[in-house]
Amino acid sequence: MSAGTGPDNLPWWATGVLLPVINVVLALIVSAIVILAIGEDPLGAMWTMVQGALGTSEGLGYTLYYATSLIFTALAVAVAFHGGLFNIGGEGQAYLGGLGVGLVCLAVGDMPWYLVLPLSVLGGAAFGALWGAIPGYLQAYRGSHVVITTIMFNFIASSLMVYLMVNVLIRPGQMSPESAQFDKATFLPLVQDMAAAIGIQMNPSPLNFSLFLALAACVLVWAFIWHTRWGFALRTVGANENAARYAGIDPKKVIIIAMALSGALAGLLGVNEIHGVQHRLLLNFPAGMGFTGIAVALMGRNHPAGIVPAAILFGMLYQGGTELIFDYPSISRELVVVIQGVVILFAGALEHMFRPALVRLFTPKPAGV
Amino acid sequence: MNFFRRAACAAALTLSVVAAAPGAESEKTFAPAIVFDMGGRFDKSFNEGANQGAERFRADTGVNFRWFEITNEAQREQFLRRLAARNAKVIVAVGFSMAPSVEKVAREYPDVRFTLIDGVVDLPNVQSVEFAEHEGSYLVGVLAALASKTGTVGFVGGMDIPLIRRFVCGYEQGVKATKPDAKVISNMAGSTPTAWADPTRGSELAKSQMDRGADVIFAAAGQTGLGVLQAAADAGKQGIGVDSNQNHLFPGHVLTSMIKRVDVAAYNAFKGVMDGTWKPGHQRLGLTEEGVGWALDENNRSLITPEMLAAVTKAADEIKAGTRHVVNYSDKDSCVY
Amino acid sequence: MHAVTVTPAPHSAPKPAHEWAVELVGIDKRFGPVHANKDVTLRFAPASIHGLVGENGAGKSTLMSILYGFYQADSGQILVRGQEVAIKGSQDAIGLGIGMVHQHFMLVETFTVLENLLLGHEGGPLLAPAVARARKDVQALERTFGLEVPLDALVSDLPVGVQQRVEILKALYRGADVLILDEPTAVLSPPEVAQLFRILERLRAEGRTVVLITHKLKEIMAITDHVSVLRRGAVVAEFATAETNRQQLADAMVGRKANLEVEKAPAAAGPVLLAAEGVNVVDARGVTTLKNASLTVRAGEIVGVAGVAGNGQSELLGVLSGMLPFASGTLTVKGEMLTAGSPYDPADARRRGLAHVPEDRLKLAVVKEFPAAQSAILGYHAEKALGRGWRLDWKRVTAKTAELMERFDVRPRDPSLRTALFSGGNQQKLVMAREMEKEPDILLVGQPTRGVDIGAIAFIHKQLVGLRDRGKAILLISAELDEIMALSDRILVMCDGEIVGELSAAEATEGRIGSMMAGVASGEEQ
Repeated sequence: MSAGTGPDNLPWWATGVLLPVINVVLALIVSAIVILAIGEDPLGAMWTMVQGALGTSEGLGYTLYYATSLIFTALAVAVAFHGGLFNIGGEGQAYLGGLGVGLVCLAVGDMPWYLVLPLSVLGGAAFGALWGAIPGYLQAYRGSHVVITTIMFNFIASSLMVYLMVNVLIRPGQMSPESAQFDKATFLPLVQDMAAAIGIQMNPSPLNFSLFLALAACVLVWAFIWHTRWGFALRTVGANENAARYAGIDPKKVIIIAMALSGALAGLLGVNEIHGVQHRLLLNFPAGMGFTGIAVALMGRNHPAGIVPAAILFGMLYQGGTELIFDYPSISRELVVVIQGVVILFAGALEHMFRPALVRLFTPKPAGV
Repeated sequence: MNFFRRAACAAALTLSVVAAAPGAESEKTFAPAIVFDMGGRFDKSFNEGANQGAERFRADTGVNFRWFEITNEAQREQFLRRLAARNAKVIVAVGFSMAPSVEKVAREYPDVRFTLIDGVVDLPNVQSVEFAEHEGSYLVGVLAALASKTGTVGFVGGMDIPLIRRFVCGYEQGVKATKPDAKVISNMAGSTPTAWADPTRGSELAKSQMDRGADVIFAAAGQTGLGVLQAAADAGKQGIGVDSNQNHLFPGHVLTSMIKRVDVAAYNAFKGVMDGTWKPGHQRLGLTEEGVGWALDENNRSLITPEMLAAVTKAADEIKAGTRHVVNYSDKDSCVY
Repeated sequence: MHAVTVTPAPHSAPKPAHEWAVELVGIDKRFGPVHANKDVTLRFAPASIHGLVGENGAGKSTLMSILYGFYQADSGQILVRGQEVAIKGSQDAIGLGIGMVHQHFMLVETFTVLENLLLGHEGGPLLAPAVARARKDVQALERTFGLEVPLDALVSDLPVGVQQRVEILKALYRGADVLILDEPTAVLSPPEVAQLFRILERLRAEGRTVVLITHKLKEIMAITDHVSVLRRGAVVAEFATAETNRQQLADAMVGRKANLEVEKAPAAAGPVLLAAEGVNVVDARGVTTLKNASLTVRAGEIVGVAGVAGNGQSELLGVLSGMLPFASGTLTVKGEMLTAGSPYDPADARRRGLAHVPEDRLKLAVVKEFPAAQSAILGYHAEKALGRGWRLDWKRVTAKTAELMERFDVRPRDPSLRTALFSGGNQQKLVMAREMEKEPDILLVGQPTRGVDIGAIAFIHKQLVGLRDRGKAILLISAELDEIMALSDRILVMCDGEIVGELSAAEATEGRIGSMMAGVASGEEQ
């Protein structure tokens, strides 16, 4: 039972559907102008992106693979958000989560994947949770703002990973700082193989079993935030910390738990990237998904039902952008980043730009003048 | 409906334009491609070296090539597979990070030839090209030791990875062999890929090393190294460039450049497949193969004294002859000599 | 001495030059769907005190903000001394001789009184000549109106009553001919109120016009000449004060017969359920904000705590409810003694059968953003009946809320409506319902009727008396002396962090409580 109306009483479909659609359309218009400016056909480019992201089984696979990672990091942002916390540290938590996943997968040897999965989920969640809980603790008991500390922890995570990869976990005698490959038995099944088993042919893509894990996480997060006593306590702390104290809820505890949960969700990105795709520990696998997750969560209104479509949209941007580079030699990867940035800007950062106008539109005119 | 028809037309048009590009005829039979690492095609360093080789191939043969710059891990495999599926005859993959993806895609497409630069994959259709950076670094270490008036020389690396430690290890050996009591100050710019692209940080590190007495600084740090060279030039000291010949950047203030002939590797890969001389297997390009070396041109000729020239030539000859051994960090993951 | 005023208009004689000092004619104002002022026409006579009463949201503040230039009316005219004027900002209003004293003072606390008065009228790059001139002018004003203020004291060092005088002086110094006071007595002790009223009378005698906005009908009756009643944005009644009474005004305010009296039988006090002994609270700055507080509350009685806001009542409530740690002393809750180190928090307090209606409703008692049903389980969300295990069952919560709304007449009866969209009175009824539903043995109540309309006040009072009659112990903290006197069986008076006296309901008079509130020892009548 999520609140049916926003603070200005717009109907849910106006804030949840109309507003994002307006923002995306505007972002596309601006992107089209950019493409036009370099002398390419914007409609053709847009069509290439859409077609490339959804039109082939490979493109769809990549889109959903990116979406899987984004669902995890966006859920992480959403859980913290409902507790009144802005977790910018999804990137670092995902990084550490991947370490947890990787250590589990390296340790289990040739155990079959369905037995490894619960362990790697646990490993990723535990490492991510730890990396989220420390800034949570610092905020609750030491007054260090979680925005600052989570940013710091992204850097610490990165340095820690480099140290471990270069000095400890590297497969001896090789150049790149990567661990040994996991045993083949532990690999999460790819969706293309699962589809082949039921007679559907799909081209290779990294989309793997983690997608189902991400969808399950959505359901769990939804149930947790809106249907449990803990979720109620979390939302109370987020909305009004004084009222929470009055209600006998310890905000400090809630903050730490919220950050741990948030970190755990971000850490599950490691299951997708490390256990599902790379099958070895390596550097920089979060690739900014932790940050993009913030935009996805904003666009998805911090609700799983909004996060899933928003994550797919951003997945389309990533995959469509790749296709764009492939088919339009004059569109460089920097330009694709610009287009992605414009969408993030309009959908995420400028989320409230059209809100006042919509409110005016939806406010009933007083009867009789 | 109109929108879709227009869009579809536009897409079709684009494809046909690509197909009708100059050299389309030869592309049908021979299509080379190159995939750059995150640093990008114009990083004034490693990737750019590969790009120069590919460009030279285009200039020599008139055959166009396709190229891509990756932005995330998943794209490595995606680009390689897509190029292979679209009948690229040879794909050059630049950078050690490409190794696992090359291995995977090369298995899927045994008819496509892959040349992997800076990494090793043992497959019948993969050519692995590695460089003996420690040998080249040794030589510039010799030059640095002789050029230094203070007896202290510096090293600024990019990201702290074994590859860069191989540089610093060779450099140190060259310095110490020349002046046993010389001091080597070494710093890494960072631990994330941004460490390759942060000239400001490079410049800060260089300044701090100069404050501690260094007057020759070797930068093996991609674009970050440009900041190092700049800072050294601004302070009237000397820098040492890397990968490509960077002597021309600050004439008179770049002592030399440790050249890594990535361009040769890329050029040879394309040319070799075209001529039918391409061979799979492991190539290690050292001083003997002229895969690494030090740069001498009109920009730095005045900085290299005859005495320095003699010393560095002697060292090079001895390394080639095998009478002087340079320890490779990667052999034992440590720099003990 | 031609001061800085734009409209000098000397007031040599109380005989007015015009029939009306200020006229508001047909003022209409909407905020989106809210019709804040409906065709309001009000006329303020010179040399008079005009009262403006109405419930929260009746449109008083909007109307005065239009007069002072904060808002522009959608339609209607404003006439000052017979001339139609356009007031586009507070500077225009000041220029026309209209001054306003806000409920929350607009003073720079780190400046002296004189510097505050001078603010915005420095008149040139050098301060010294302006200061000298201002000092002379202000001293003349002080003599005229009997407003004694230490000109060189820092504002932060002054008591609120004196700060308020600075505000009045500031308005006069800027040439105010018409002075609007918004709820001026809310922060004052009774003696300070008396002093304020003497000043207002002096202003009237000097020919100035005073508009007094208040919800305290007693003050209206005591000092005004005319009174206008606003309800739902419109003027519904106007009286000459001498020809009306409190009941008539209250009826006009609510639009029906209002019940002003609280009916209750004498208390049948039982055993002590809540006691405090020598409790001290030290705040973060090291200041002792509650000093050596001792009290008892028995079953079946209402103990009222009177005092000017900010004299330790909030801390007392905080300590008793477990919200605030105390430094020393003991609490005894239903026979169990707690010391400074004992674990005691709001959840713990609730388990012991102590319920708490906090002073600041929106800050503590509800979550504005939540639907009413979620605010209605605040503090009780862990209750077994509301779900199974970790789960909260919204069907049960909604049913429970609907039941509470029914019992306490919360309108609209919509558990899914956002809390913020209920009026203050209905929010408060929801909170009272939640806290009283468990039939707590001890109920702490802070400002139960703040921002609550008259109709709801009577209802809430009736519920409190009902709980008392069922043998529960109630501690009532209120800034409304009338409320304390109407409900309490015993009255404690707080001043400067201390409980300075205790009176039985029978011996309590406004005068005695008032002088104790003001710190005059032992409650002798002044």
